[in-house]
Amino acid sequence: MLLLNLIVIMLVGGALAWWSERFGHGVPRLVALFVVLADLLYLLIAAAGIPREKFSLIPGATDPSSWLVSLKLEWIPRFGINFELAMDGLSFILIVLTLVLGAISIISSWSEDNNRQGFFQANILWTLAGVIGVFVALDLFLFFLFWEVMLVPMYLLIAIWGHEGKAYASMKFFIFTQLSGLLMLVAILVLAKMHHDATGVWSFSYFDLLGTELSANMAYWLMLGFFIAFVVKLPGFPFHTWLPDAHTQAPTAGSVILAGILLKTGAYGLIRFTVPLFPVAALEFAPIAMLLGVAGVIYGAILAFAQSDFKRLVAYSSVSHMGFVLLGVFAWNSLALQGAVMQMVAHGFSTAALFMIAGALQQRLHTRDMNKMGGLWHHMPRMGAVALFFALASLGLPGLGNFVAEFLVLVGLFKVNVWMTAAAALGLITAAVYSLIMMQKAFYGEPNPDMKLHDFTTLDMAAMTVMIIALIWLGLYPQPVFDLVQPVLESLYVEVGTPAVAGGTE
Amino acid sequence: MEGLAIPLNHVLFVAALLFITGLVGLMIRRNVIFILMALEVMLNAAALAFVAAGTAWQQADGQVIFMLILAVAAAEVSVGLGLVLQIQRRFKTLDMDQARRLNG
Amino acid sequence: MSQLIWLIPLLPFVSSVLLMVTAGGLPRRLIAIMGAGSVGLSAILVLMTGLEFHQSPEPYTLLLWTWMQVGDFAPEFSFYVDQLTIVMMSIITGVGFLIHLYSTEFMEDDSDYSRYFAYMNMFVASMLVLVMADNLLLLYLGWEGVGVCSYLLVGFWYKDPANGAASRKAFVVTRVGDTAMALGLFLLFTELGTLQIQPMLEAANATWVTGDTIPAIAALLLLGGAVGKSAQLPLHTWLPDAMAGPTPVSALIHAATMVTAGVYLIARTHDLFLLSPDVLLLVAIVGLATLLLAAFTALNQHDIKRILAYSTISQIGYMFMALGVGAWSAGIFHLMTHAFFKALLFLGAGAVIHCLHHEHDIFKMGGLRTKLPVVFWSFLIGSAALAALPFTSGFFSKDLILLAAFEVPDVGPWLWAGGLMGAIITAIYSFRLVFIVFYGEAHTEPDRQPGWRMAGPLSLLCVLAIIGGWFGMSLDSVFPVSDGAHPSFAVEAISIGIPVVGLFVAWLVYYKRSWSVSGITDSGLGTGLRNFWHHGWGMDTLYDALFVNPYNRVSHAMRGEWVDHIYHGIVALCVALHRVFSGLQTGRMRLYATSMVFGLIVLILLLRWTA
Repeated sequence: MLLLNLIVIMLVGGALAWWSERFGHGVPRLVALFVVLADLLYLLIAAAGIPREKFSLIPGATDPSSWLVSLKLEWIPRFGINFELAMDGLSFILIVLTLVLGAISIISSWSEDNNRQGFFQANILWTLAGVIGVFVALDLFLFFLFWEVMLVPMYLLIAIWGHEGKAYASMKFFIFTQLSGLLMLVAILVLAKMHHDATGVWSFSYFDLLGTELSANMAYWLMLGFFIAFVVKLPGFPFHTWLPDAHTQAPTAGSVILAGILLKTGAYGLIRFTVPLFPVAALEFAPIAMLLGVAGVIYGAILAFAQSDFKRLVAYSSVSHMGFVLLGVFAWNSLALQGAVMQMVAHGFSTAALFMIAGALQQRLHTRDMNKMGGLWHHMPRMGAVALFFALASLGLPGLGNFVAEFLVLVGLFKVNVWMTAAAALGLITAAVYSLIMMQKAFYGEPNPDMKLHDFTTLDMAAMTVMIIALIWLGLYPQPVFDLVQPVLESLYVEVGTPAVAGGTE
Repeated sequence: MEGLAIPLNHVLFVAALLFITGLVGLMIRRNVIFILMALEVMLNAAALAFVAAGTAWQQADGQVIFMLILAVAAAEVSVGLGLVLQIQRRFKTLDMDQARRLNG
Repeated sequence: MSQLIWLIPLLPFVSSVLLMVTAGGLPRRLIAIMGAGSVGLSAILVLMTGLEFHQSPEPYTLLLWTWMQVGDFAPEFSFYVDQLTIVMMSIITGVGFLIHLYSTEFMEDDSDYSRYFAYMNMFVASMLVLVMADNLLLLYLGWEGVGVCSYLLVGFWYKDPANGAASRKAFVVTRVGDTAMALGLFLLFTELGTLQIQPMLEAANATWVTGDTIPAIAALLLLGGAVGKSAQLPLHTWLPDAMAGPTPVSALIHAATMVTAGVYLIARTHDLFLLSPDVLLLVAIVGLATLLLAAFTALNQHDIKRILAYSTISQIGYMFMALGVGAWSAGIFHLMTHAFFKALLFLGAGAVIHCLHHEHDIFKMGGLRTKLPVVFWSFLIGSAALAALPFTSGFFSKDLILLAAFEVPDVGPWLWAGGLMGAIITAIYSFRLVFIVFYGEAHTEPDRQPGWRMAGPLSLLCVLAIIGGWFGMSLDSVFPVSDGAHPSFAVEAISIGIPVVGLFVAWLVYYKRSWSVSGITDSGLGTGLRNFWHHGWGMDTLYDALFVNPYNRVSHAMRGEWVDHIYHGIVALCVALHRVFSGLQTGRMRLYATSMVFGLIVLILLLRWTA
């Protein structure tokens, strides 16, 4: 019941936060923070109770006990739809990331003066609930449900509490994700139908559908349906254009969740569903996907450099970084995949922090235009130092998590395709260019002596410290993450059979 | 019911005639009251067909549905007349072609 | 002791972290003690390690923890100590400590005292990791770490945007090289299955034979990293601009240690380069070309620090040439002596700048011989060593390089002649600097004298710059021994005599002024050439035109997100369709009813016919 409880706590907590608004403007965020931390604590305590050796078990299809936690309730038996949740190492890491960043996003809303706090915090918690559901749902129908659940409150966050262009941005966000989700729904239904035709049994269960026999053509189309849904969310070039608008217009907490967590659902979907469900088609498609990844890396970096809007710059840097994830997934060997997972975690922290800084700057300067900034280090040395740290993380400084991720992806990719590796490595140079120009425009340069700005508060610094420590830890001793994820990746191999060309390390 | 000798087809023919009268009325009349009346005619045409069919097959269903149609017609008229009043108040006319705020 | 070597990089690292976390909240005295003291302690530890190693000269590895393990990719956090490591560590901590001590006085008036030492300590820690690393990935960590510290310190005075531009240029240009190096690591790992340096080199020797393509590509990629970090052609343009940082930074990072990392890298992986003689020759050619280009440029600079910067590029060119001709020990030897005398020169220049209200232009100095005697003697000794006058430290190392170059079959004499040409110009520009700054009329009066914390390191470095070459180093355990053939006496004599000739020319032109060069320099060709050299052979302009401006233009042109045009097109299509269909929505009830009726009729007819 752990997994169900995790989600229910968030849903109920959201309602509670909304209701608690009557006790004062500041109460909902306290409630929300408490709920998220309680959820996190609950998860960690429950995880501590799981026997250690289970963490190194390879989660198999037939035996639910080989997963860390699993739950299966009947839901719509007529169509073989079950309420089927299960958690393995990969889900566990991503849920922890979700909850930590969720707490940080709530902290980031502390200094932002949003009206209707109750509903605001409720939407945050509901989004988180949807995300957790996505990470644990193993029934494809249920997965789709959670996929939509996380979308709607996020839409509201942007549409209600966004900045000047919120209507356009929220609509764009909604239409992109909704349309791509529709493609996935069609693919899911067709896949279930195919399974029914082959076996005579209706089922939406991931495990049942894994081995479905498909004609090559059909598999390719279905794979594309899943791929587009996930790659829009990721976002991959050329489906990324909703992201700069949504990130820029969203309130700080929204940007933090969007960049830190929501994008990871796309990557998770690629790893969990797209490739394992359609291994042959995915392998056939891999060169194109990798090409899109390389394009994303370079394109995002170039556009990030061209921006004058702080948040937009960070948003494009996300496009660039998530390109590495796409590369890692479709290089499909354990080095690259581990790199992709590491990138998901590390990018979550580094980008969330940068968005918090962007939000803090907007709060203080009432602009995001970097041409109107400059010399802010003088006024706010703490914020400057923190921004410097995360700028360095984002350009891939060794010793921080992002480097480990990018290096592994590139090493893995090198075994598959040398030239794409060389092209993607250009991203290392361009990342330096945009990260440093961001520091220069915002924090270096001649300070404006008339400005009176207050530096980061202790609470802000606490949130930042958590993320800094996390990134250093991931950079110097990433092994725990690898150990958690390794059995999962191996399970994907076992069930899928390593695509003959791409693998080679296992 | 041996004594009754009106063939079913005749009744259905009358019903169809009634229905078409109502339909044409609906299409050509502009006055909202006439439109309502046309609707009533169509409902009654349907009701007549039900009664006749119920008689022909010796089933009570036809009568049951007739009662239902009566109730629906009553409800419809009460809503419809309310709308008529509103339209009269808003547009100062009963011409439905004047009430076209929903044009695209 | 060998179990404690992890303390050597850790001490400055901890000090740096403490200084960052306290963010200037500590008293200045404590900051100075922490900043310089941590490096000093490391130096003592290095000394102890070195003594111990001297007694039992057996290389050893200290494993701290496995960094990560994914499949067979398992780089470790482990340190490797051999003779080469000891030499590098000694230079970094020894010279580093002197420069830190010097900085405590030099930076005294700066409001960001704490930040300065935090960066400097972080640099020392990263540099130590670089040279102590047991595997290439850990080396890469140190490699990027020093790059970032260099970026931070060049842009230390962040309020001036020009400093920011210089620091970004330094970082990005070296990053180009670093990326090549990263690709080299991918290749080496993919081919050999490990990044641990010693096993990797053994595997390379076992897998490949001399002249194979893959080791040549790998060596070439590593060379890319090396030329970036060591400011060699074609990635040398960042170093002169990097002089925007505080002068002790230039002394430590851009003269003594970081810029020699490329030399260290090639020396460390020399087995790989030996497998690809063509790349090795390329190393020598790159070195020669760079040393000549930089020497000519140095001859035409006004800024005291830029002269020294180009001179650094030029001297590292000598080291590259040494590596390229297989004179590994000589290259590292020159690296060491160069660290002494170039640090000395930079610190001397720093003292001049410090005492002359931040004046950088040598033509606004002059006559400082009597006014700043300590600085004068430092500069004189440093310049003598730089020019390789007999019996200074630079003489021994440079002589070894030139002789080794002569020995190379076929191209040897050419390399030797080029090196000699560089040597004579080196002598001219270094004494040009001495004569202009310290002799002649005074243009600016010094407003203070260097205190003991500046004079002390200067004096110590003076001693090192003189005697540093008297003790040969034994790196035979690390490098293959050369056959020790000696060229003829004439070759030796010319090599020794050339710097003296250069000194004489400089004396004639810049001191006696009896031999005017204005006739040549002011002619049309001369002016053009001077301008060309002054601007570093137009390399900056070239790169701006080739890379920087196109990148700016492309990114600016793409700024508006052209991909969105596709989606906006779809939106426009939808809107147009909407216009068309919304025309049907007239709002006339009767029309709706009529169309429904006809629709129904059509449907019924369709059913009728199809059924």
